[in-house]
Amino acid sequence: MAGPGRGPKGPVQKPQDAGKTIRRVFSYMDGYQKQMVLILIGLLLNAAAGVAGAYFLKPLINNCIVPYVGQQNPDLSQFISTLGAMACIYLVGAAGSFLYNRLMINVATGTLYRIRTDLFTKMEKLPLRYFDSHPHGELMSRFTNDTDTLREMISNALPHMISSVVSVVGVFTMMLLLSPILTAIIVIMLFLMLKVVMTLGGKSGMYFKKQQGALGKVNGYIEEMIEGQKVVKVFCHEDKTVAHFRRINDELCDAATNAHTFASILMPIMGNLSHMVYALIAAAGGGIAIAFPALMDLGTIAAFLQYTRSFYQPITQISQLFNSILTALAGAERIFGLIDQEPELDEGKVTLVYAEKVLDEAGREAAGENGLPLLKESSARTGLWAWKVPAGTAAALEAGGISLAGSPAAGGLLVQVRGDVRFADVTFSYDGKKTVLHDVSLYAKPGQKIAFVGSTGAGKTTITNLINRFYDVDEGAITYDGIPVKEIRKDDLRRSLAMVLQDTHLFTGTVKENIRYGKLDATDEEIVRAAKLANAHWFIQHLPQGYDTVLTADGANLSQGQRQLLAIARAAVADPPVLILDEATSSIDTRTEALIEKGMDSLMEGRTVFVIAHRLSTVRNSNAIMVLEHGRIIERGDHDDLLQQKGKYYQLYTGMFELS
Amino acid sequence: MIKKLAVYLREYRLPAILAPITIIGEVIMEILIPMLMAQIINIGLPAGDIGYVVKTGGLMVLLALLSLAFGALSGRFASVAGAGFAKNLRNALFGKVQDFSFANIDKFSTASLITRLTTDVTGVQNTLQMMLRIMFRAPVMLISAAFMATRINGRLALVFAVAGPIIIAGAVLVMTQAFPRFQAMLKKYDLLNASIQENLTAIRVVKAFVRTDHETEKFRKAADDVRRAQIRAEKVMVFAMPCMQLVMNGCMIAVCWFGGLMIIGEEMLAGDLMSFFTYVSQVLSSIMMIAMISVSLVMSRASASRIIEVLEERPDVADPAAPLTEVEDGSVVFDHVNFSYAKDPNNLILEDVVLNIKAGETIGIIGGTGSAKTTLVQLIPRLYDVLSGSVLVGGHDVREYSMEALRDSVAMVLQKNVLFSGSIKENLRWGKEDATDEELIAVCKTADAHDFISSFPNGYDTDLGQGGVNLSGGQKQRLCIARALLKDPKILILDDSTSAVDTATDSRIRAGFATRFGHVTTFIIAQRIASVQEADRILVMDDGKVSDIGTHEELLARSEIYREVYESQRKGAEE
Repeated sequence: MAGPGRGPKGPVQKPQDAGKTIRRVFSYMDGYQKQMVLILIGLLLNAAAGVAGAYFLKPLINNCIVPYVGQQNPDLSQFISTLGAMACIYLVGAAGSFLYNRLMINVATGTLYRIRTDLFTKMEKLPLRYFDSHPHGELMSRFTNDTDTLREMISNALPHMISSVVSVVGVFTMMLLLSPILTAIIVIMLFLMLKVVMTLGGKSGMYFKKQQGALGKVNGYIEEMIEGQKVVKVFCHEDKTVAHFRRINDELCDAATNAHTFASILMPIMGNLSHMVYALIAAAGGGIAIAFPALMDLGTIAAFLQYTRSFYQPITQISQLFNSILTALAGAERIFGLIDQEPELDEGKVTLVYAEKVLDEAGREAAGENGLPLLKESSARTGLWAWKVPAGTAAALEAGGISLAGSPAAGGLLVQVRGDVRFADVTFSYDGKKTVLHDVSLYAKPGQKIAFVGSTGAGKTTITNLINRFYDVDEGAITYDGIPVKEIRKDDLRRSLAMVLQDTHLFTGTVKENIRYGKLDATDEEIVRAAKLANAHWFIQHLPQGYDTVLTADGANLSQGQRQLLAIARAAVADPPVLILDEATSSIDTRTEALIEKGMDSLMEGRTVFVIAHRLSTVRNSNAIMVLEHGRIIERGDHDDLLQQKGKYYQLYTGMFELS
Repeated sequence: MIKKLAVYLREYRLPAILAPITIIGEVIMEILIPMLMAQIINIGLPAGDIGYVVKTGGLMVLLALLSLAFGALSGRFASVAGAGFAKNLRNALFGKVQDFSFANIDKFSTASLITRLTTDVTGVQNTLQMMLRIMFRAPVMLISAAFMATRINGRLALVFAVAGPIIIAGAVLVMTQAFPRFQAMLKKYDLLNASIQENLTAIRVVKAFVRTDHETEKFRKAADDVRRAQIRAEKVMVFAMPCMQLVMNGCMIAVCWFGGLMIIGEEMLAGDLMSFFTYVSQVLSSIMMIAMISVSLVMSRASASRIIEVLEERPDVADPAAPLTEVEDGSVVFDHVNFSYAKDPNNLILEDVVLNIKAGETIGIIGGTGSAKTTLVQLIPRLYDVLSGSVLVGGHDVREYSMEALRDSVAMVLQKNVLFSGSIKENLRWGKEDATDEELIAVCKTADAHDFISSFPNGYDTDLGQGGVNLSGGQKQRLCIARALLKDPKILILDDSTSAVDTATDSRIRAGFATRFGHVTTFIIAQRIASVQEADRILVMDDGKVSDIGTHEELLARSEIYREVYESQRKGAEE
């Protein structure tokens, strides 16, 4: 409902290519064509009825009433039929209004639903680089502000615009028909009003910009001080904070007063200018009727006055609607801009399948020519995983000098998933400018625990980000069980790896659902087993509803340590061949860490594990420790080797260096 | 509810009163214009008196101009009152939050406090502005237009008696039906946004576990819920508009018919009928306006009540009537302290804690996740109040001091610490506003922060973004320590404040404390045994209870928990 008193909007934004964007918005209405046609018909009927209804005043007064004034037995038949026609027209108008409003809901909500899901689906597919370079607030406002204004446009501004234009054209035509002379007055006043709208609109836009700036400052300060409120209290800084707040709040008050003034005087000014026109028309019409009775009669004045009342309001509306449509289109362009982003590319063809060992007649495991056990694909959850390399990919790799050791199967080669990860001269940069990893080479044999140590920015997390292809290497290659990771379908690659990240990120839902995130079809028993493994079972049991306790807002009702235990359980339930622990235990105190160590040990058993930790006690028992500095591996070896080298690791270990 | 918020309008009562008054002026002018028009037609036209027509027309234009002036003035007055009201409300809310205790803040959560101070205030402000103008305009218009219509022809005015109740009944029906449906829709909408937010922050987890399809499916369901709820809600509104339109049009036809008959019967003049048309539409549109405004009033009630909730929250911790203003020394006593965040004696976080700490002692605190180490020390500067028992600082119960005196002598470095936007110098001066550069440098040297600060091109004037983003974790922690030291406190509490600092720096900082702040009672919560090893006494916390207290050697000998922690950290430290 666009009525008076609506909160004023910010300055108008302009779309780049309005035509293209509007066509694209309409493309989302595919399937609603029939309803759209009906909506248009409803709109036109409603507007036309409004225009036509008023015209009846003229014949009504001139033909049905005035001639019979003072007669004892007036002929009322024409009066009745005219009123009947008027009633019919009004009924049709109301029906049209109902038709278009009702159908509009379906079209608007349906379109919005499609755009939202498209937007979300796309967001889920974007590469991490996109999230790195775009603040969350910005992405969020695609879903909230931009979608809301688009909704407003589809369900309100666009139809109103159409009906306003129809009304204005219709009313203007009728006015011309009724009296060209009076219409001339209307046109002259129209220019005056347009001038007022433009001037006030421009002023208002300027003051709104000022207000937005001041509001941003105040809201920013509120946010910062409330986030840091506990620090404010600890330092007894309340009074100073309040003093500063009052200052910027006063500035906002001044700016807001001006902005709102201009927005709220527009309505009365326009309304009263139209009253002025009403007065002019009444006086002029009366004058003409007296001076030149042939040109004007009472019915014409009555009908014309009725039209005057309904002429200016849609005109004022059109300018406002036009601005809000432009703003909505600018928002739609941002939405489509996001939808048009390149998704995460995935050219990999190698997939992850369950396999089982082929048995010979004697029930023994059969071996292939290369001595490896023969495998065949299985539809059951065998617990044995294999990479299925299509014949074409295998041949292409062979031609490139990479031969895979696997067992031939239908449609290609089955390579058992073992968790052998190798980096060969990997160089990588996030932004193409600053190289984060230089010529990194390393290997992790199945079941080994590899640790990365180094200060922030040394490239530890980057290495793990490359293994699961959150990012792709610039130079060099990474292979997984001999297969270049680029050839593996991303989803399958990631399914074979489980990560426990520094920032745990739990989802709204129960504890159980959060653990189940690792494996969607996990049974309750599996979940409890995983929780016990991570040593999370005991605290979960102490939660009000145990495993069914609902976690909210990123698990805010749990301590940081508890959240990490849940994240570990989530990874445990996934049961993957390769595990990546990125500062997984940083928020767990060493005593609890010691308690879960056993669980972690059994979780790590038989898996290849990459560990990042700045607490060196965590990485001590790794098979190999890589010390990273500025993107290079500067030392490698096991704990004892490295201590003997008396290099950086030794310094770190003896506390001569700061890790942060 | 209105009464509670009206206080904040007091300062702006003049514009708040003038806005409706001027709007009444506007309405009266608007009402007079059709009357004059009727006179042109009734008197001027039959008499053929052009002079009268022009004179009356001129008068009408004048009235329109007056009306314009009144309208513009009322817009201005309403804006002044609205913006001023919002300002006062924000000031009150912000000031209130400053009075809150930690318990109050926990209760609301920071995110919800921020929404209340920003979005909700703006919502209430817009409602007020609307109320000041339309809430007065519509009823005045309704009454005076109805009055004029009755004056013209009382019998014809009876159409209002029929149409009015129909419209009011319709509006009430729509409102009562639509409101809960809109509420339900908004709730669904919030859920949808929450799920987007969640996916944004946890995108790595979603991708790492290959749960894109799962999340998309979840979202699709939530979006579909929103769509259904919206259709359900708007269906009601859609029905209302054409019905209102029909009632309006029905009135017009009725007026035409009865009015026409009256004119024919010479009981009424044509001009009167025409002005009657205007009054009819003024009356009916005012009724509709009132209905619409009531809907948005009800909608903004939620914002208003959320604001009032904050304003009425009683600060959990308050100054006593005759507070002590001087903390004598840094001794701390816990006398059978029980504590619960939920104030529930069956859910104690701290249970029967008894401690006696002399001024100048250094106390280390060790314990597992959730053993209530932080809770324990937060009672000392009275960030929370005990449930039973008492905490004594300098020989007096903390509840006897003024908050300012107590917190000035107790410096606490929080676990989750925050630096504010501004320069390093400005941040440090939170500790002591008039600190000289020498003082700043001295504390920064003690906190081992001077070297890295000096290495920045702008040194102490380096600007920190919001939250101090361009510093490493260890650097941030050291700045926070320096800031606390600047208070020159009697008691210093470090809550895991050196976790991101390496052991060598950590021990350098502690050595600095010992020489420069040896007289200060110091509490050190730490994960690393090395950080507390040299403390005078070490407190071992376990599940909200004091498990043991003693020196490093004593605890090694008798505390199993302590030994366990020690062993877990020592492993491999010896070759």
